[in-house]
Amino acid sequence: MTVAVARPQIEAGTVVTIARKELRDSVRNKWFWLYAIAFAGLAGVLTTLALPSARVAGYGAFGRSASSLVALVQLIVPLMGLTLGAQALAGQQERGTIRFLMSHPISRSEAFIGMYLGLAAALSAAIAAGFGSAGVITVMRGGAADAGSFARIAILSWILAAAMLGVGMLVSAFTSRSGVASGSALFVWLGLVFLGDLGVMGTALATDLPVGALFFSAVANPVEAFRLATLTSFEGSLDVLGPAGTYAVDSFGSALDALLISVLILWVIVPVTIAWYRFTRGKDL
Amino acid sequence: MIRVQDLTKRYSGTPVLRDVSLEIAPGESVALWGPNGAGKTTIVLCMLGFLHFDGDVEVFGKDVRRCGKEIRASIGYVPQQPSFYDDLTVAETLGFSADLRSIETARAEEVLALVDLEEHRGKPVGALSGGLRQRLGLAVALLGDPPILLLDEPTSNLDAAARQATVNLLEELRGGDRMLIVTSHHLEEVSMLVDRVVVLDDGVVVDECAPAELGERLGLRSWLHVLLDPDDVPVATSALTASGFNAHLNGRGVLVDVAPEDKAKAVEVISGAGVTIRDLEVWR
Repeated sequence: MTVAVARPQIEAGTVVTIARKELRDSVRNKWFWLYAIAFAGLAGVLTTLALPSARVAGYGAFGRSASSLVALVQLIVPLMGLTLGAQALAGQQERGTIRFLMSHPISRSEAFIGMYLGLAAALSAAIAAGFGSAGVITVMRGGAADAGSFARIAILSWILAAAMLGVGMLVSAFTSRSGVASGSALFVWLGLVFLGDLGVMGTALATDLPVGALFFSAVANPVEAFRLATLTSFEGSLDVLGPAGTYAVDSFGSALDALLISVLILWVIVPVTIAWYRFTRGKDL
Repeated sequence: MIRVQDLTKRYSGTPVLRDVSLEIAPGESVALWGPNGAGKTTIVLCMLGFLHFDGDVEVFGKDVRRCGKEIRASIGYVPQQPSFYDDLTVAETLGFSADLRSIETARAEEVLALVDLEEHRGKPVGALSGGLRQRLGLAVALLGDPPILLLDEPTSNLDAAARQATVNLLEELRGGDRMLIVTSHHLEEVSMLVDRVVVLDDGVVVDECAPAELGERLGLRSWLHVLLDPDDVPVATSALTASGFNAHLNGRGVLVDVAPEDKAKAVEVISGAGVTIRDLEVWR
């Protein structure tokens, strides 16, 4: 018989074991493949259409390709992150597998971190596939000179994916029914991708919102923060956004990039922390 | 030692356990007995640290709320309806479980043999029948050779042969310092496996007794119909009456009024009197 000895609450080996299993589960999930293939396929098609030949079209061709890619990321990456995250805890609770997992000598923190990292790795792989296909086409068409900007957009997409995964897990931590979690995640996606933008515009028109408040309302949305952060990669300036863009550039100057990236990183940290707290302290399994 | 003190659990304000207290000593086997909804499974889940509750649950002197990870290393748990990751095979499931327990995977082969699942090792868990899943649950529980086995209706999905094999295996695993806590609806199983029965009703401990007393306390009696050669009937009846059984003639044999756990004893008395039993039926 084996009598237990004291073990730390978070052990790297345990976290890695759980993360590896989550990654394998995601890779076996047909929805994950659907998203990944759709993302990679659309990224390839959009890049091909936007970049007929950089030699002919010049520098602006990369801008067209990148803005198509950013628009695609804005739509698909939040959807992937939110739905995967929403299924993580609620799905396991509904199927009863969370009890199987937690019957082992692991802490709830290890289970949570392992799930998050495993799903984040799966998302990263899907994003890498999308950017990989776009990157290959860009290089083939002579756009390799923009590799730095291209890499910056890819990294920002990974941060956005990590944030949306955290929001999905936050939704999941507050319900034990996967249908409710998925439905709520879709509403959040709609809110962030479509309604958020319209809401800010509508409020601005109706209330004569000062330009500073308008800017902050917009960048509080992680999808918008991502868009603005990537825009500086290929446009070089936010002046194209009108008064709000001019205000941002005038007010923050070179610190604008740091501000936008900080917003995105906050969207990673805050939802994940609340979800972790809820899962480890407040939830019956 | 497991110590449960004033354990109370509410779901949305409705209490499902009320001030439950019990102690289980090393080497002791205890059954949690009661109708559906009595709170047996809830106690098990609290012992594992799966639920939030009022009161105290300590295992080896450690609070399950603060030391859940450490305590679960000492517990092998078999749920009533085992849920696994359906895409994993039997061998992968045991491998995953062994990794989480930091156990050599060779031990997984041992427990596969112990529960007779070797031929299913390559099958996805989702393709297993309820009985095979329950055996896999037992294999997972035994992986760490734990000092505590927590079994929630461990034979509920098994057919008669598998149930008997499981009960035999659990009997072998009893003893030493190992604690066995089992929830069950099978009186015979309880009689064979435990030293003490804690009877629950509506979230409250209403009785504690030896398994031999349980049938009588619950008012459960059986009739054992033993078919014998006509010449042996008077001999068997006398032997049973002398041993305190209420036995009388019935057709080609004797009918014996027995508590459920005394059926084997009645058979022993008849055999001990030199009588050959031709057939046997249990009437309830």
